[in-house]
This record gives sequence, C-alpha cells and structure tokens, in this order.
Amino acid sequence: MGRKILLEKINVENIHTYDVYRKEGGYEAVEKALKKMTPDEVVEEVKKSGLRGRGGAGFPAGMKWSFIAKPEGVPRYLLCNADESEPGTFKDRYLMEKNPHLLIEGMILSSYALGCNTSYIYIRGEFMWILRILEKAIAEAYTNGWLGKNIKGSGYNLDLYVTPGAGAYICGEETALIESLEGKRGNPRMKPPFPAIKGLWQCPSVVNNVETLASVVSIVNNGGDEYAKIGIGRSTGTKLISACGNISKPGVYEIELGLSVEEFLYSDEYCGGIKDGKRLKACVPGGSSVPILPHYLVTKTSAGEQRLMSYESLADGGFATGSMLGSGGFIVFDEDQCIVRNTWNFTRFYHHESCGQCSPCREGTGWMEKVLHRIENGHGHKHDIDLLWDVQRKIEGNTICPLGDAAAWPVAAAIRHFREEFEWHINEPVKCLEKNYGLVKEPVLAI
Amino acid sequence: MHNMETAESNIQFKPETLKEIDRIIKQFPEGKQKSAILRILHMAQEEFGNWLSVDVMDYVSRLLHIQPIEVYEVASFYSMYNLNPVGKVVIEFCHTGPCCLVGAEKILKHIQTSLNIKTGETSSDGIFTLKAAECLGACGYGPMLQIGETYYENLTEEKVDNLLLTLRTKHS
Repeated sequence: MGRKILLEKINVENIHTYDVYRKEGGYEAVEKALKKMTPDEVVEEVKKSGLRGRGGAGFPAGMKWSFIAKPEGVPRYLLCNADESEPGTFKDRYLMEKNPHLLIEGMILSSYALGCNTSYIYIRGEFMWILRILEKAIAEAYTNGWLGKNIKGSGYNLDLYVTPGAGAYICGEETALIESLEGKRGNPRMKPPFPAIKGLWQCPSVVNNVETLASVVSIVNNGGDEYAKIGIGRSTGTKLISACGNISKPGVYEIELGLSVEEFLYSDEYCGGIKDGKRLKACVPGGSSVPILPHYLVTKTSAGEQRLMSYESLADGGFATGSMLGSGGFIVFDEDQCIVRNTWNFTRFYHHESCGQCSPCREGTGWMEKVLHRIENGHGHKHDIDLLWDVQRKIEGNTICPLGDAAAWPVAAAIRHFREEFEWHINEPVKCLEKNYGLVKEPVLAI
Repeated sequence: MHNMETAESNIQFKPETLKEIDRIIKQFPEGKQKSAILRILHMAQEEFGNWLSVDVMDYVSRLLHIQPIEVYEVASFYSMYNLNPVGKVVIEFCHTGPCCLVGAEKILKHIQTSLNIKTGETSSDGIFTLKAAECLGACGYGPMLQIGETYYENLTEEKVDNLLLTLRTKHS
C-alpha cells in the first residue's frame, strides 16, 4: 500500500463532520501554527516541502506564496481554486465532498501564512451540493472558534466564504477566476501584473488548487522536510490521480509520486488494468490538455526506461515522446477507441470554452473542430492534417492565457503519434465510418 | 415591448430568499456586492422557472445596484444560465471525451429517442429540456447527467428509463 496523506482518513465514518474530524487529529496543525509558528515560518515549511501546485501547472507553492506583495494597509486574499473542470479530473470534488474540513484547515494555515483575513473558495457552479457541504463545515469551524475573530486567542482573524461559478472551464485560469469572483465574465487578464501584486479587487492575491491547500495540513503537522522525503526528486509528496476511461476500476487514488505508471495502470490496488481484457491504445495522463501518449510510450519512455508518475518522468522526452502530470486526470483508451473522434471531441470542448478574447483561440479552436469533424465523418481532404498542424501552431503561445495552448497540444500530439490513423480516415472515408483503426504501430528507429 | 413598471411590480424573490441574498452580499467588502451576482442568478433561475428573462435580470440589477448590462453580460457568458424558457426538468448531459469513452453517445441517443427531441430542445409536454454539457467533473462515473443539484452517474439505458419515468410522473 502506498503512503496516504490526503485520503488517509477518507473512509473514517462521518469524517465530514467537525466532531469526527477533530477527534481524528483535525485542526491540530492550526493550533500548532497559531501558537508556535510565525506566518513566515509556515511559508518556510511549505518551501522546504517542495510542494508543487496540484491544479496542473506544478509551480512550487512556497515560491508562489513568497511573491505576494505586502503593501501597508491593503488587504490580501487567498483564493481556493475549486473550479475543477479539466476533462478527466474529478479529484478535488472527491476530497471536498468527503473531507471538507481538511480543505478548511489547509486554508486557515495558508491564509495565516500569507497574512489574509478574508479568503474565498471559488467552486464550479455545477458542484452546488458540495458548496453546501463546505458551507456547513465552515459554519462548524466558526462555531468551534477556528474561524472568525481572534482565533483561539491568537489575535489572528479570518473569514472564509464559498462562492460558485456558473459553468465556464476558463474560470479555472487564475485571473479569469478572479474576474468571475468580482462578478464579471471570466475573461483572463493580461499579465503582468500577476495576482500576487494585483489580484482580487486589485489587491495582492494568491490562487491555489484545493489539493495544494489541503496538502499544507500535513506539511505543518510533520514539517516540510518530512513531506519532502515522500516522492521522488523534485516531485515531492503524494498526488491525487483521478483515473477514468477504459479501465477496470475508475476512481480517485492517492499515489506517492514516483510510482510506476505500469503499477498504477495494471495493479488491482489502482486502475486494475484495461477493462474487459482489451489492449491499451493510448493514455492522456494529466487531463485533456496534456499530450496523448500512444501505448508504447505509456509505461516506458522513448529511451526504454520505466515511466513514473512524477512531474519529470511523465514529461520525459518533451512533447516529442512525453506528456505532463498536469492535474492528474488519467484518461485511458482501449484498442477500440478512435483517436480522431476523441481529438474532435476535446477540440469541441475547447472551442465551447474559449472566452473569445484572443482571436487565435476563438477562431482557431473553431477551425480545428470543423476540420476534425469532417475527417472523423469521412469528408477529410488530403491537406487537412497539415492544415490542423498549421492552425494549432498559430494558437500555441499567441493567447493571453494557457487555454490556447491547452487546445493546441492535444491536436499536435494526436497528429504526432497517430498520423497514420488520421491518414486512414482520409483515405478510407467509407471504412472509417464502419470501424475503428485499432492500435498504431511503434515506429522503428533507424540506428 | 419590455415594460419596466410591470417588471418591478411582478418579480420579487421570496422573503427567505431575500434574507439569504443579504447574507451572501455581506460576504464581500462594502461596495463589492457585484461579486454576489453569480450566486444570485442561480437563485433567480431556481425561483423564476429555470430561466432568466430580461425582467428577472433587470430585477437582479436593481437588487445589486448595478447596470442591467452588467447582469446581461454575465448571464450570457456562463453555460448554466438559460436565457430562453425551458422545461420543468433541465437535463444537462455530459458529452465530453471521458464520458464518451464509456458510452455516453449511446445513452444520449437513447434519451433523444425516448423524449423525441434533439439536444437543445424541450419535449412536447413541456417537461424535459435536454442540454449537452461539457465536462461536469464526473469522468470516472460516466455516462452521467445533472438535473438541478443532483448528479446521476454510471448511467445505463435502464437507469435512464426509470429516471425519466419518475420525473415525468412527478411533473405531469
């Protein structure tokens, strides 16, 4: 069994209630921090832990915190990103639903570290029932003196609120989240200035993912050094992975970073292998935005080394033969799935979710969707693959926010690894409507 | 023609909703009450027939002391708000990649056939509106759909049949 931190208590009966959470050692980290640590010491522990942002980008959390501006007399805000919307990702939802106090405790610690007296959880509007779970837990925390004025006699004040979105993937981008929290359309802002300087209501703000904030509890309890011992290299700690697609056991798993992809995918402790005894065709290991890997690059890198569930190993080989850990949305495709259809589906998603500010993204995602749709439906032209390649190249890097890149990468990776399947669709317009292509061949490298 | 006076006199949240709105507005600093708009629009949709008419949006703008355009631009941006009348039951069916890997397209077709409507339409009895939604964050439990605040997951044709029957009976 792997080491569990975030899900250690997840199956304790009624852990979502204050009494049980407290009995299981809950809020001890807040007690420790408020009594024995200065805010800077908490930041220091998080830096030492090596904790990296769990929302997708993987930026070191402690470093992000150290950027926050501290002008005299200006409030600072901690914003929790609970807008979980990346296709393949459903981990934060699981944590908040089952153990809401863990997030609240992590937010109190993080708010204390950053010097925030008001913090918000921005949760996607579809998760309204989880908002109610969180509000109930927050009310319990107020009643028991962990929120509000002069928390446990420390002199530290904190108010914590939950506020919903209303259906917009883009609001998971931190500046779009801030705009949305201000009651506006979720249009990402130009950076700089970064939120750490001018964020919510032009005040210094930090936006962190649910899982990142929840991880701070264990870091304060046991120290940053202890946390850094878990995992591998610069991928410290544990990570929640939400596994879905054609596997025997879809669900949310906590893994110690560094676990082999092979064990995660095939062992009964985790995914339990490909469903119905089929063969693996491909895997998107970190949410829909990251490059897809063909079957021969999932458990091994191009150099033939074992592929690990870590930021570095999943990215090994760059975009040529690697991918990213991303949000931990692990999507598995069996041999009967169609890569062209899935790429079209993902592209339709990005087209739908583009906020429309930047023309490369607004127009480009629409063009890619149209071209992919016609290839998938047997109306593709010979030059369409090159056209797709050209369009995705012109989106990548040319937009205000990373949604453009997120839309471009899946298309690029699909063409890179599954070009023969795209060509087959174009050359066999009748056959492609009747059956799927099957597995692609592993390229033989000339030595 | 949109009649401001009728709108002002006809549309009114229930007293308990107004109390709740007051609580929500207080979560934000003085003068930042606009931040409450997304949540209030959810409440408006729930209380005024599952959709946001211009009159309702104007009412919300008056509650928040902001211009009507500030409400329209928000309401038209987010996919959960309906700007046209819908049925009593709005089905948000997830049709994004991971759900499709486990058979969502087949289930969607089954719902369309059962209700004799296409995506985006309302059934002739006015009960069901079918919307295709992008990823609802239930990828491991697909195919799935959302109705109101409830997620229905791991759907099969049989489960869908039972669900539609229950809802039809309830709302007929």
